[in-house]
Amino acid sequence: MISYNEIRQNAYYDSVTLMLFSSRLSEVPGVSEAAVMMGTDHNKSLMINSGILKSGDAAKITPNDLVIGILAEDQQAVDAALVALAEQFENKRQSASGDEHLRARTMDSAVKKLGDPNFAIVSLPGKYAGAEAMKAMENGMHVLLFSDNVPLEKENELKDYAVEHNLLMMGPDCGTAIINGVALGFANVVRQGNIGVVAAAGTGLQEVTVVIDRLGGGISQALGTGGRDVKEAVGGKMMLLALEALKNDPRSEVIGIVSKPPAKSVMEKIIASLKDCGKPVVACFLGADGEPAGGENIVSASTLEDAAAFMVDLAQGRPVHRTEFTVPAEQVDAMVAEAVSGLRPGQKYIRGLYSGGTLCYEAMLLLRDAVGEVNSNIALREEFMLKNVEKSVGNTLLDMGDDYFTDGMPHPMIDVRLRVERIKREAADPGTAVILLDCVLGYGCHADPAGALAQAVAEARAIAGEREIAFVASVCGTDGDFQRRSEQEKKLREAGVIVMPSNAQAARVAARILAAI
Amino acid sequence: MLTVNELFHSQLKVVNVGLESFYEAMLDQNTPACHIDWKPPAGGDPRLLEILAKLSR
Repeated sequence: MISYNEIRQNAYYDSVTLMLFSSRLSEVPGVSEAAVMMGTDHNKSLMINSGILKSGDAAKITPNDLVIGILAEDQQAVDAALVALAEQFENKRQSASGDEHLRARTMDSAVKKLGDPNFAIVSLPGKYAGAEAMKAMENGMHVLLFSDNVPLEKENELKDYAVEHNLLMMGPDCGTAIINGVALGFANVVRQGNIGVVAAAGTGLQEVTVVIDRLGGGISQALGTGGRDVKEAVGGKMMLLALEALKNDPRSEVIGIVSKPPAKSVMEKIIASLKDCGKPVVACFLGADGEPAGGENIVSASTLEDAAAFMVDLAQGRPVHRTEFTVPAEQVDAMVAEAVSGLRPGQKYIRGLYSGGTLCYEAMLLLRDAVGEVNSNIALREEFMLKNVEKSVGNTLLDMGDDYFTDGMPHPMIDVRLRVERIKREAADPGTAVILLDCVLGYGCHADPAGALAQAVAEARAIAGEREIAFVASVCGTDGDFQRRSEQEKKLREAGVIVMPSNAQAARVAARILAAI
Repeated sequence: MLTVNELFHSQLKVVNVGLESFYEAMLDQNTPACHIDWKPPAGGDPRLLEILAKLSR
């Protein structure tokens, strides 16, 4: 086995492009491991751990350097991989110069080429993203700022400008929006309708819009704010601006709001804005203690699925109804009993491996009510924060879209590699009883996440040997998405995964299994 | 410059800077879009960046 390293200084490519390059290299015969990555600390440690970068070489590599690492049987395979890589770079260069009128090198030239653009999607590394978002607003564009790691001061500066000019500044760390039926960022193909939603939670917004679609409702506008917006330090600037816009939008007959509990002062402003606004409102403040003190027009929901169902009920003029399971009770009992019967003594823990942060958070809340608090990198309380996120302890749920995992790597909704590895690692732990997963579809997401997860489940089962592990999942998407929800669910079921119709129902089934051990 | 409520009644015209897959999603949805082939300013060199920042103040 020989290893090959190459460092190209100051050569920037986005993480998704490099993921595609890496997977092409891994397909070359004779290559056992290959990666092409920007030289962030996280990526360097990944490459060192998989034996494709020597730790001595890592010190001099900076985050602006492109690192190529190949582990192959012989020099011939390395050479073939390098030829394949050169082709990838050439294809990229050609596509970049192909449809000239749609590509630009700077914001100014993009504005000229497109002619009065009114919207920008910014997904650059955090330290550069704020400046580009500001340029976009100065050119009259509303912005979806996908990037995380944008400093708080920058967020406030951007949002102050946006409020002053009545512009949307969704983010930083805003993954999803649907405006005028156009899916922006990670967003699903859903029916248009009379429900307007604002969320400080990306996958929360995806789950809510998807369930609304499944229940026959439709979306007028779905706006994001980024998770930090409702904290004291930002003061709910974008949440309040977005709510005002929905109140003034005649097509949004019902308003939904989805968020972790806002800071007290922000909550007061939100309630004051919505109270008696003349439209029914569904508020889902995940994890809030008790009902928010609101007006008579505000109904509160404790799960994303309930929030969506309430919105559809109100949009169709019905009283709201809560959902525990939408599959028959005896079917749930049978699934739980079968899962428990396969477990051996000592198997007692749940390991949740999530690509969607809000879905992870919702599952933790539901599990807390059923089996107590779980450890996490986004724990509900400080004392349950994992000290080392690489090592699960007891019941653990991980948000693998959190900064630690995405530093220089694509988001796990795009790139399944880290999650696949972690599934296998959890399967090797004799204490693991249940592995809980999300499978998020839509624009921007992986083309076949269920296929990749199904393969990981098969490999995990082989690792676990005679120990059975209960895999539980839900698919967040619609049949309108290019991945097709029904096909994705089928792939997971064929791999022996218990597939529930929502994240809340998946978490409840997982909790029932744990409680029955 | 459109207000948010005016945007709700307008055809989106989108500039994408960053992940190219978000640009491709616009094309799939027949939404006019332009992708910026972005590179870090000053080649990402922190020393040059600092000088540039000073110059633009």
